[in-house]
Amino acid sequence: MAMPERNVVEAINNALTEEMERDPRVMLLGLDVGRLGGVFRTTSGLIEKYGASRVVDTPLAEASIIGASLGLAVSGMVPVAEIQFLGFTAQAFHQIGPQLGKYRHRSRGRYHAQVTIRAPFGGGIRSPEFHSDAVEAQFVQSPGIKVVMPSNPYDAKGMLLEAIRDPDPVLFCEPDRLYRLYRMEVPDGDYTVPFGKAVVAREGKDVTLVAWSAAVELCQRAAAKLAEEDIEASIVDLRTLVPLDVETLVNAVAATGRCVIVHEAPLSAGFGAEVAATLAEEAFYDLDAPIARVASWDIPFPPASMEHWYLPSVDRVVEAAKRTAAA
Amino acid sequence: MAASTSTDTNVEVLRRMMLIRAFDSLLPDLYTRGLIRGSSHAAIGQEAVAVGACAALAADDYITSTHRGHGHTIAKGGDVNRMMAELMGREDGYCRGKGGSMHIADFSIGMLGANGIVGGGFGIAAGAALSARLRKSGQVALCFFGDGAINQSSFHGVANLAGIWKLPLILLCEDNRFAMSGRAEQMIAGGDPVKRAQAYGFPGVSVDGMDVLAVRAAVAEARVRALAGDGPTLVVAACYRFQGHFSGDTQSYRSKEEMAPWLERDPIPAFRSRLLAEGGLTEAEADALEEEVATSIAEALEFAQASPWPEAAEAWEDVDG
Ligand SMILES: Cc1ncc(C[n+]2csc(CCOP(=O)(O)OP(=O)(O)O)c2C)c(N)n1
Ligand SMILES: [Mg+2]
Repeated sequence: MAMPERNVVEAINNALTEEMERDPRVMLLGLDVGRLGGVFRTTSGLIEKYGASRVVDTPLAEASIIGASLGLAVSGMVPVAEIQFLGFTAQAFHQIGPQLGKYRHRSRGRYHAQVTIRAPFGGGIRSPEFHSDAVEAQFVQSPGIKVVMPSNPYDAKGMLLEAIRDPDPVLFCEPDRLYRLYRMEVPDGDYTVPFGKAVVAREGKDVTLVAWSAAVELCQRAAAKLAEEDIEASIVDLRTLVPLDVETLVNAVAATGRCVIVHEAPLSAGFGAEVAATLAEEAFYDLDAPIARVASWDIPFPPASMEHWYLPSVDRVVEAAKRTAAA
Repeated sequence: MAASTSTDTNVEVLRRMMLIRAFDSLLPDLYTRGLIRGSSHAAIGQEAVAVGACAALAADDYITSTHRGHGHTIAKGGDVNRMMAELMGREDGYCRGKGGSMHIADFSIGMLGANGIVGGGFGIAAGAALSARLRKSGQVALCFFGDGAINQSSFHGVANLAGIWKLPLILLCEDNRFAMSGRAEQMIAGGDPVKRAQAYGFPGVSVDGMDVLAVRAAVAEARVRALAGDGPTLVVAACYRFQGHFSGDTQSYRSKEEMAPWLERDPIPAFRSRLLAEGGLTEAEADALEEEVATSIAEALEFAQASPWPEAAEAWEDVDG
């Protein structure tokens, strides 16, 4: 029997369905997740299957959604909260970093908060600032929050199941540009993709591209273009920023001695800075060229007519890779 | 005392409502033709709230707007040419093409900004109201927001401080019964949002948001209170969003039967008929008004399309001073 193919939306929907079926404590809450099935339809059909007490349409109050999720988690439920766009976590930031992220540590390990926050994000779909902002690094600065960035449908399902079962809070960032871009084999039934395991998504001997989430797809296109000019790029998909798989990262960069980091967040203090610092500490003597970063510019997310220019592009990645490979 | 505004005449009130309708009606077509990109939200059906409220304000009174803000800007006297150019991302737009539909601002008419964040305007309006009082300027601030936004913590924080400080603030809730798919009656504890004013010690007034003169009267009264130093008023205008929340919204959360009675109460034909019946307007004048509005919109389109695109390098400008 052929393996079913799914896009990211379908993979997420499938993961939620299976997990709600398996574990009666699992419940969803957020704006428009029920009757509407989510603005991107990721939760479509779930209220019909599991009822309004497990698929909860909330008022427009992000801080309350996350605060309530924490309360639910410490009293026997397993909440999966949706924040309509990652940028709207700003309305709930206090509930995420300072509250959710600290529960375990603050109670010296006696208590923990099994909360998953799902949030679409990223540019390239012509949505405005707040909707598009890639603010993942803000959460990396909040110890206690795992920051999870799937780049394809298979990982989306496996990492979402891993997230829901993780005893601690997980921010699950969904690349909205990839939601319906393509389908790939995503099996029915249970499997998980562990956190802290980066993957080499493409082998290549000349330069190593490091990315996560939708930027991995961008790097694939850039690598194809580089190959036409006989430059073979490898691609490391970090998959999770917290925890960070330093070993795979370092090995992949050491193998080529050249590294280009690609991300959608603005350059300064983006997670790429952390990757570069880690490589400087752990792979310095294996580097043959300065580390390069291709990121969005240090300005607010521009309106739709300018986003193609703001976001990292194939051309910018190719250019940086060529420069780095030749250095 | 309300300074004179050009909305002193009922005909101008009607014209502005028609202009909002014509402006927002154009959006789907512009979107399909690729002339505007990204999301924008139409206030079709809610024109009487924006125009009624702004007609009660002085030209230099402040407003803050929302994600559904084109109507507020037009009602306050905004320039549709510059609005259209902004939607199209052009250099002559209100924000030189960098703000887009949800971030139009024009301080020259007291319009302090639309907002992509639901609930983003409360604090701004409160600050402007406090400033008006500190400067003894005789201005008030009016904050437009939706039935969804009233559940954000920012509403409660600002309602409280407006209450204790008796700010010259009008909190104008456009209660169109929905926050995307969320139904007001299921999302607002206590049922009627107007009750929330009581908790913060100021009056709450319910008004028919399909009746532009009723809205104007309610806001005018709130403005008198504000300027007398008696503090804020919550005005809840019952209205209805005639279209989907966003383009492509299937509206599975509401039925045709439910929408029908609201659609029948369309505020624009209602006001037009009323003016005709009361003799404030003739059929010929009404038709001329339609044409005038159509011309304004056609000109706005031309203006916007003739406006240059901003240079990419301009994106680096204005990040800081
Ligand atoms: C903080 C925040 N959360 C969610 C959204 C997404 N969103 C945009 S409009 C909207 C509904 C707003 O409802 P309401 O305040 O009633 O205004 P209406 O759309 O009905 O005019 C939502 C959920 C947002 N823009 N900002
Ligand atoms: Mg509403």
